[in-house]
Amino acid sequence: MDTGFIIEKFILVAVIFGISLVVAMYSTYAERKVAAFLQDRLGPDRAGPFGILQPLADGVKMFMKEEIIPTAANKFLFIAGPGLALLCACIGTAVIPWGSPMEIGGKLVPLQVADINVGVLYIFGVVSLGVYGVMIGGWASNNKYSLLSAIRAASQNISYEIAMGLSIIALLLMTNTLSLKTIVEQQHGFNWNAWYQPLGFLIFMICSFAETNRAPFDLPECETELIGGYHTEYSSMKLGFYLFAEYINMFVSSAVMATLYFGGYNYPGMDYMATLLGPTWAPLFGVAILFLKIVCFIFFFMWVRWTIPRFRYDQLMNLGWKVLIPLAIANIIVTGIVIAFVEKF
Amino acid sequence: MESLSNKKKVLDQKPLTLMERMYLPAIFKGMGITFSHLFKKTATIRYPEVEREFSTNFRGMHSLKRDENGKERCTACGLCALSCPAEAITMIAAERKPEEKDLYREEKYAATYEINMLRCIFCGLCEEACPKEAIYLDGPIVPADYLRKDFIYGKDKLVEEPLVMKK
Repeated sequence: MDTGFIIEKFILVAVIFGISLVVAMYSTYAERKVAAFLQDRLGPDRAGPFGILQPLADGVKMFMKEEIIPTAANKFLFIAGPGLALLCACIGTAVIPWGSPMEIGGKLVPLQVADINVGVLYIFGVVSLGVYGVMIGGWASNNKYSLLSAIRAASQNISYEIAMGLSIIALLLMTNTLSLKTIVEQQHGFNWNAWYQPLGFLIFMICSFAETNRAPFDLPECETELIGGYHTEYSSMKLGFYLFAEYINMFVSSAVMATLYFGGYNYPGMDYMATLLGPTWAPLFGVAILFLKIVCFIFFFMWVRWTIPRFRYDQLMNLGWKVLIPLAIANIIVTGIVIAFVEKF
Repeated sequence: MESLSNKKKVLDQKPLTLMERMYLPAIFKGMGITFSHLFKKTATIRYPEVEREFSTNFRGMHSLKRDENGKERCTACGLCALSCPAEAITMIAAERKPEEKDLYREEKYAATYEINMLRCIFCGLCEEACPKEAIYLDGPIVPADYLRKDFIYGKDKLVEEPLVMKK
């Protein structure tokens, strides 16, 4: 453990943390703009040119609002809830490889905070922790709507995590590793996993919609039935934390989808670009490519939100247990058979 | 009994077919529709900067007219107030003094003339009732304000600008 290593990681963590906050901030803006454009409107355009200062104005508004803690609420848990939600959303970015190692002053710097050999499991752990923020907040509010929403969030997450895990197993059969870095390196060039696992990707994507509580699976915050759900009683920046956590979750799950199935920082013609740009700038170009993919996924999240109506609760459970899980298991079996076949001949 | 109008429809809920139960075809169709709206013209008019074009017979804020010599036309006959279905108009009449001959057209004039813009329904009946062609609803939209008392418009806001004499 030399100081150079610590400084290098510290800078990387700070940069990634900053970027994910900025992306989440501008996701709120993008969400409103995308919604507006899909509905033939203009969206926010008053704060700054094209309204690009809108997220700052929203942030200031959130901080300035009166903070209310209901008297019947469990005060400690009420405050812990949004903090936990935001924390769990942020730490998911730690294992994502943002780019191939970059050469700075003759030294190779990996653009990944921690290359742990159980990266995929870590992501799963963090994602399932995320629901505790919602559950604790919903329970501590001491409000029946919030409680119902917390129950919904918990059961939804448990149901969809199974299908998500099973869809990943089929992928792991192919990659033979849990390290995200190795998985990305295997997808060099245009050899992306999505071409081999289209069904797996579809299941994974549907499940990540459910895990991030986004439409059409946004039952925990369903305005019409639950008056905002788990954040009914929240105000001021604590509400802001919940909303923010949702967007960071969206960013992280977009990054995970891009990493696992769409080649991460790989792109066709990357070997040519590597010789053209040199070992310092080529990885940065890869990072830009990864961010392009992430932005596309975030747009897709929003596009779906403003198209598809919310599922009914029984439809949600039917889809999870009776459709996605059997499909994921079938996908594992088919993948296994094909791999055994390919190895034999 | 046979239906006379022939409009009755028997609705029955059929079980979903496999294609419908897959959701995906319908989802892709819907996403195609929303995506096509990305490229459509927005219906928004950026209000304070851009204003919607009104038709020529749009009825907006009232104005009390002057004649060709710049004298107020209103004689405070009260027909507008009488015709007003919302009872938004009140006035106090006064007699013209000899030195005020250039200000008012006839011997009687409205010393105060008030329209409550919160009551007014912009029907234009005052305009139709006026025998002197003194009131017209030819102004812009009545602007928003904070206090109720500020919506009672007196002569200071209603009477149109005096004619500027050409040099």
